[in-house]
Amino acid sequence: MAQKELQFKLFRYNEGDEAPRYETYPVTVDENTTVLIALMHIRRDQDPSLMLRHSCHHASCGTCAMVINGQEQLACVVRAMELGTETVLVEPLRNIPVVSDLVVDMVNFYGRLNPADRPYIRQSEFLAESATPDGIELYTRFENCIECGACVSACPIMGTDENYYGPAALAAAWRVVEEPRGRDPQDALDWVDNEKGCWRCHVAYECTEVCPTGVDPGGKIMSLRGELTRQKFRNLFDFGRR
Amino acid sequence: MEDAPPELRDFPQARKLRRVRAKNPIRAWFDVRRDRAGSWAFALNRLTALGLTLYLFLHLAVLFLLTRGEEGWDSFIALAKTPFFLILDVILIFGVLFHGLNGIRVTLVGLGMGADRQRTLFWVVTAVTIVLLTISAYIIFTL
Repeated sequence: MAQKELQFKLFRYNEGDEAPRYETYPVTVDENTTVLIALMHIRRDQDPSLMLRHSCHHASCGTCAMVINGQEQLACVVRAMELGTETVLVEPLRNIPVVSDLVVDMVNFYGRLNPADRPYIRQSEFLAESATPDGIELYTRFENCIECGACVSACPIMGTDENYYGPAALAAAWRVVEEPRGRDPQDALDWVDNEKGCWRCHVAYECTEVCPTGVDPGGKIMSLRGELTRQKFRNLFDFGRR
Repeated sequence: MEDAPPELRDFPQARKLRRVRAKNPIRAWFDVRRDRAGSWAFALNRLTALGLTLYLFLHLAVLFLLTRGEEGWDSFIALAKTPFFLILDVILIFGVLFHGLNGIRVTLVGLGMGADRQRTLFWVVTAVTIVLLTISAYIIFTL
């Protein structure tokens, strides 16, 4: 298997440092070496102080989302040689406070998902027409969103307005409207109907582009707006009849 | 924490936000990722908005020349017919066309209409802009 030495230029920061810095580490990779594996090699063999998060190593937990060569990606599934550059630039997610090196503080990200009453389970559309066994009403599966934060990192509005709910929370809110599963969808619509919610989006669609699991946050934000617009029109021409 | 957004203040683990960022957030507006349509549309909309705003003030300043009478105005018109200014006119028309047409795209998509075709709409906007810009440039340079 062909091997090659690549330079990994990493964002480094520890609390107390005056400013972030970049440090470069050479790593010999082959065709299967992912960026995450390379980072773990750096931590094991060259710099044990490097901080990063990882968990499942197969793109289902979202823990290792980071900015690789300027684009938000899951490091566990990005093969270093396929990037096509001699130097691989690795930075933490944008628009989320940095704890240290490649680790960001996800507390506020998760905090915004709570008011959205984020659903974790959805009805499975892949087996919608299959007969379910006795005792099982319908097939369900986990929601697409793996809470990686890539959408928040890519969003240009998040970069300039930290009060914006962000694509992840808004996409979760639309899922409540789309598939209430016992929740009141109007609560979700009321929550997003303000200048920090769905109306703050400026249709850059970067969130949809970087989402690794097909959530399409941009489309869901537009769906929220569409539904709210229809409600407002209905209310406008209701003339008090309810 | 006092500086946390309102919806997070009751969250048990809300903490003081650190201000370390890898890039200036304003640069995020113009951080065009690869060749993605949404990014280009977003960045160009902002650039054209800034350009049109600047033009508005320049236009008002130029109109003020009318108060100087025929001589002041005629000398400006002579300047405005130079190739450099004609090129600026073409750039202005690009700004007007793209900002207006993309604004229609953003309005439609933003209300949930054609949201799944936003990339296609961007290329339609670009194509119409190029066609109308070409016609406008021809008229400007041949009249």
